[in-house]
Amino acid sequence: MQDYQTQKSTVLDILDKHQTMPGNLLPILHGIQDTLGYIPPAAVADIANALHLSKAEVHGVISFYHYFRDTAPGKHTVRICRAESCQSMNGKALENHAKQHLNIDFHETTADGRFSLEPVYCLGNCACSPSITIDNEVFGRVTPEKFDQLLACKGAE
Amino acid sequence: MTRLFISRDSTALSLGAEQVVTAIQQQAAAKGQSVEIVRNGSRGLFWLEPLVEVETSEGRVAYGPVEVSDVASLLEAGALEGKQHPLYLGNIEELPYFKNQDRLTFARVGLTDPVNINDYIANDGYRGLKNALNLQPAEIVKQVTDSGLRGRGGAAFPTGIKWNTVLNAPAEQKYIVCNADEGDSGTFSDRMIMEGDPFVLIEGMTIAGLAVGATQGYIYLRVEYPHAQIALNQAIAAAYANGYLGDNIQNSGKTFNLEVRMGAGAYICGEETSLLESLEGKRGLVRFKPPLPAIVGLFGKPTIVNNVISLASVPVILDKGGDFYRDYGMGRSRGTLPLQLAGNIKHPGLFEAAFGMTLRELLYEYGGGSASGRPIRAVQVGGPLGAYVHEGQFDTPLDYEAFAAISAVLGHGGIVVHDETVNMADMARYAMEFCVEESCGKCTPCRIGSTRGVEVIDRIVDGVEKDKNTVLLRDLCNTMTYGSLCAMGGMTPFPVLSALNHFPEDFGLKSKA
Repeated sequence: MQDYQTQKSTVLDILDKHQTMPGNLLPILHGIQDTLGYIPPAAVADIANALHLSKAEVHGVISFYHYFRDTAPGKHTVRICRAESCQSMNGKALENHAKQHLNIDFHETTADGRFSLEPVYCLGNCACSPSITIDNEVFGRVTPEKFDQLLACKGAE
Repeated sequence: MTRLFISRDSTALSLGAEQVVTAIQQQAAAKGQSVEIVRNGSRGLFWLEPLVEVETSEGRVAYGPVEVSDVASLLEAGALEGKQHPLYLGNIEELPYFKNQDRLTFARVGLTDPVNINDYIANDGYRGLKNALNLQPAEIVKQVTDSGLRGRGGAAFPTGIKWNTVLNAPAEQKYIVCNADEGDSGTFSDRMIMEGDPFVLIEGMTIAGLAVGATQGYIYLRVEYPHAQIALNQAIAAAYANGYLGDNIQNSGKTFNLEVRMGAGAYICGEETSLLESLEGKRGLVRFKPPLPAIVGLFGKPTIVNNVISLASVPVILDKGGDFYRDYGMGRSRGTLPLQLAGNIKHPGLFEAAFGMTLRELLYEYGGGSASGRPIRAVQVGGPLGAYVHEGQFDTPLDYEAFAAISAVLGHGGIVVHDETVNMADMARYAMEFCVEESCGKCTPCRIGSTRGVEVIDRIVDGVEKDKNTVLLRDLCNTMTYGSLCAMGGMTPFPVLSALNHFPEDFGLKSKA
């Protein structure tokens, strides 16, 4: 985990850029997570201060949305779709395979810090289930073998 | 120079379209052949993606599904001149799957470069807006009312009535909000429009703004759709640069500004009041209704909240008239519905058709049956909050009222197919589990009822006091249906009870006689 002091200027810069935007809290949180990879808990006070909100309100918003995270993710984030369409095409077997292969559960990061595993409920790729994303890239008709290949490619980066 | 078309649609990309583009560019260059590759939207015949279309003097010739390993043989066979090859499909528009559709909303998807405004205008784009600029606001609303268009997000509320309420709500500031939080499994039509023809959505929102006097629009887009975000932002920038958005639209003196806002992975934000809370920067807690968002909406102002497909259907209505659109369909379901075939189906894809075709026709004639080759056992129509439909109900026409009559939901026309290996008690449990995961927590029936629902289903499946617990599950579903604040808790009983009623044997209960 990085020291917040080195991240603080980034946070303040993002806050500054969104100062006059109506309904700016989600865009600010996205900005921070896009830049730092997560929303450092220590940033909550700065966000609350800039938006004239309580820390509880800001924390409440961060914790409400599945996408926002308050710990650093692995180098790559793998999201596996758990929704009905993917289930109809053996998505559950893929989910179990992924957990075994990476030796982690959902919301965890591998010990070497290379992969974080997250569930997702629909990627809109239901015509080619089961689907996963690795970072921002979506992959369809993913079999356990294809999953291993994709991760091997990413792991080598 | 040969022009090729290879889609930039997420599903095409998920199957390797980008790698096919690179391979063709490199191998054609090595052969000294010059190609221009247009990145279009998808035609929606997803079992054929990645699809490569070649422009020839006789029209477009398609090949698919193309893998990188096919590129060498395609070029060798003369695919750039439209010649024969094992992957040759001919003109994609002549395939029955495409030919028998009624593509009104999806008229341009797959034809053009989605972010090229000149392509859009050359293919009948902005004709609806041009007409709207010459009409009084009430006349625009009347066209939409006359069309019979109902909310395509699932609730099927008449769009014209909603617009009329906002038109008649006096306020200095009003808003147009597009609900692009397409979170239901089995749906991808919103995504396909946003990636494949974003201008049609922008035009529809602009017309909505003119119709009710709103000068600011927001597209609330789910974060799972990064490619849609890119396409929308490119198209919005082009619309501003060409005077189709901003302070003086086509020198009319009218103003409409538009911005994309990203959600953050909360399914409940597809519920309109939760979405408004989220846009305001809050937790996505559902609001009490009344007041309706049309009266007290975003930042407390009158607001139209419409789904992507509803708004994207407005340009053709304003171009060709409400009557033209209303002439498609059956009963009170007017116009067309972009159906989405997904899950365990041989020919998955987007099928835009007038209301009225039967589910069976879609599943077998076009869908080709299950992908696994096993019999289709259950079909969930209308998303995770829609009922499971069994074989005996497949002759129901795709019509809002016909589905309601069998205690099912047509909704947005998302269709997820399950073959005979599905365990329906598992699917019922999952429906409750999903509600636990995604409930906003504001009302008790949804927040706690869903957790109790998982437990009760587990007890039934484990054989603990089966009959008593079945009565309890039905009672719980009744409380959720009538006591929940919104459709999340209120409709979770649809998949649960339909699974229980149609497939009791999966719960270890006696089959129906």
